[in-house]
Amino acid sequence: MAELSFREAIAAGIAQEMERDPMVYFIGEDVGAAGGVFKATVGLFERFGPDRVRDTPISEQAIIGAAMGAAMTGLRPIAEIMFSDFLATCWDMIANQVAKTRYMTDGQVSIPLVIRTANGGGTRFGAQHSQSLENWAMAVPGLKVVAPSTPADAKGLLAAAIRDPDPVIFFEQKSLYGVKGEVPDGEHVERLGEAKVRRDGNDCTIVALAAMVPKAMQAAEQLAADGIQATVVDVRSLVPLDTQTILREVVKTGRLFTVEENPRLCGWGAELASIVADECFDDLDGPIVRITTPHVPLPAADVLEDAAMPSVERIRQTVRSSMR
Amino acid sequence: MSARVEKPPAAEVDRPTRLRLYQLMVELRDFEQRAYELFLENLVRGTSHLALGQEAISAGYAVAMRADDYTFCTYRGHGHTLARGASMAAAMAELLGRGNGMLHGKGGSMHLTDVKHGAMGSYAIVGAHLPIAAGAAWSAQVRKSGQVAVCFFGDGTTNIGAFHEALNLAVIWKLPVVFVCENNQYMEYTPIRSVTAVEHPAADRASAYGLEPILVDGNDADVMYETARQTIDTARTGGGPSLVEALTYRHGGHSRADPAKYRPDAEVREWLSRDPVTRYRERLLAAGIGEAEVNEIETRAQQKVDAATEEARKGAPAAVDGIERQVWSDGGAAWRN
Repeated sequence: MAELSFREAIAAGIAQEMERDPMVYFIGEDVGAAGGVFKATVGLFERFGPDRVRDTPISEQAIIGAAMGAAMTGLRPIAEIMFSDFLATCWDMIANQVAKTRYMTDGQVSIPLVIRTANGGGTRFGAQHSQSLENWAMAVPGLKVVAPSTPADAKGLLAAAIRDPDPVIFFEQKSLYGVKGEVPDGEHVERLGEAKVRRDGNDCTIVALAAMVPKAMQAAEQLAADGIQATVVDVRSLVPLDTQTILREVVKTGRLFTVEENPRLCGWGAELASIVADECFDDLDGPIVRITTPHVPLPAADVLEDAAMPSVERIRQTVRSSMR
Repeated sequence: MSARVEKPPAAEVDRPTRLRLYQLMVELRDFEQRAYELFLENLVRGTSHLALGQEAISAGYAVAMRADDYTFCTYRGHGHTLARGASMAAAMAELLGRGNGMLHGKGGSMHLTDVKHGAMGSYAIVGAHLPIAAGAAWSAQVRKSGQVAVCFFGDGTTNIGAFHEALNLAVIWKLPVVFVCENNQYMEYTPIRSVTAVEHPAADRASAYGLEPILVDGNDADVMYETARQTIDTARTGGGPSLVEALTYRHGGHSRADPAKYRPDAEVREWLSRDPVTRYRERLLAAGIGEAEVNEIETRAQQKVDAATEEARKGAPAAVDGIERQVWSDGGAAWRN
């Protein structure tokens, strides 16, 4: 085990797969010599050269389109969109082209493509560089959607995404880039579509994604002091979604709380609430409660951003008052 | 400064190639006319965008392409797809929403695709396929396969961002891709010249990307074939991308719903007099090819379309159990366990 930061684990995941498969290419803005604006791809340009690690112009449609065309014809590209907010500039490519072409041709093409993007708030960048947009991607049939919460998963899930035969939108939460953690030595590959129980408790189940997982974990520790034992489930992959693990934990505890960084409407927690209500309603001992950012564009100032996003304190208070 | 229409090339196109060009054009013409008749019978649901009048561009490029080259085209893509050798019956069945359709009913008229013949898809969002074609060319470049991607699009595409992003990327990466603008004078209903800063929407933009302006008569199959040969050769030999503007005219409206009343009668008459099929027929006869041989090509094309139509009409409706298939590479559509 080595201790790596989340950003180092991203670079390690890409390097592992580029080493293994000569068809893996990596393109994006400032990803080459500059090592990425978040320094999540440092060293790749030097190691794999300018052909396989290519800087692009600021042309998000060209980045995704080129990656798609290459994926259809034998490469396994990784394309970086610097901030997930910029997905809006190439959303046609992602939602209409990448996601649909396999289906519309009834399987004539495969698109083994990973779109990595820095997602979410906590950096005081304002509403055009801070959105948590995993629900946009989740709403489009044909896209897999992954968002790791730890350095080990950053590497292992990214490797799995690169090996996956279908398009994967890989959200890297900006607020996690500096977080350090143990990453297994040697080849490390996880499986897409498996949630992970991070903490075990019998009183309630808190389901969280990406940067909300460490917050949920801290809240759970504090809740323990209040006499509430919470299970914390890290979703890891929204599509495919590991409903078995989540339903099992909800049945066990009788309560479900979701912690979502996304604005309120149509967040992944709403879909989860619907599934739980459909499939284990009788096992619930109380209402399903969603803890989200309010339905506003994320504000910039530190006090505003902190107050808008789910905090450890808000999670704790919400769970405690609801469990009373 | 405006681009000029290049004169037809001096090089004589050989006789077998000419016969092949004519055969393809007639087949594409007859297919589109049959598709139109089937609309009138209400057998084709949804919409459809015919390329009647634009056959010389499809045929000229298809004949010049290598079997493993890539074609990317638009929703007006029946001709480009068929020209690569895709099954006419499967195309017709797809228009009819039948299970024996090329895409088993899941794509429809606007998305004809036949990857095994290099027809890499018909894309229905204007401009989207230019970057995708550049990506296929990038893949060919790094795989050193010698393949070329040819990307067809309409005049309206020249005003959308993806056009400019794709051209810039193709030039800086020196990609083996040929961009072919089929300037049929109208975007949907609006004349392209009334909404574009330059006279020739593609050719006049070429210099912005360091490319030669290539403006050609898109209704002349010899010109298109020679243009195709030259631009594909440039791409294949490492010379990078080309941008071609082929002047043409669609004989009908934008889509099934459009009677095209907005076009002046004199303009329509003028363009119909330059019909690429009848014009080429006259050229073949003038070149000493016997009328019987030309007639034979036409009869065979008609028979081929008849047979394709019959086969398509025999197909069962698209299978409903296909709805939740082929979202993913495992063949299924599961998003949860």
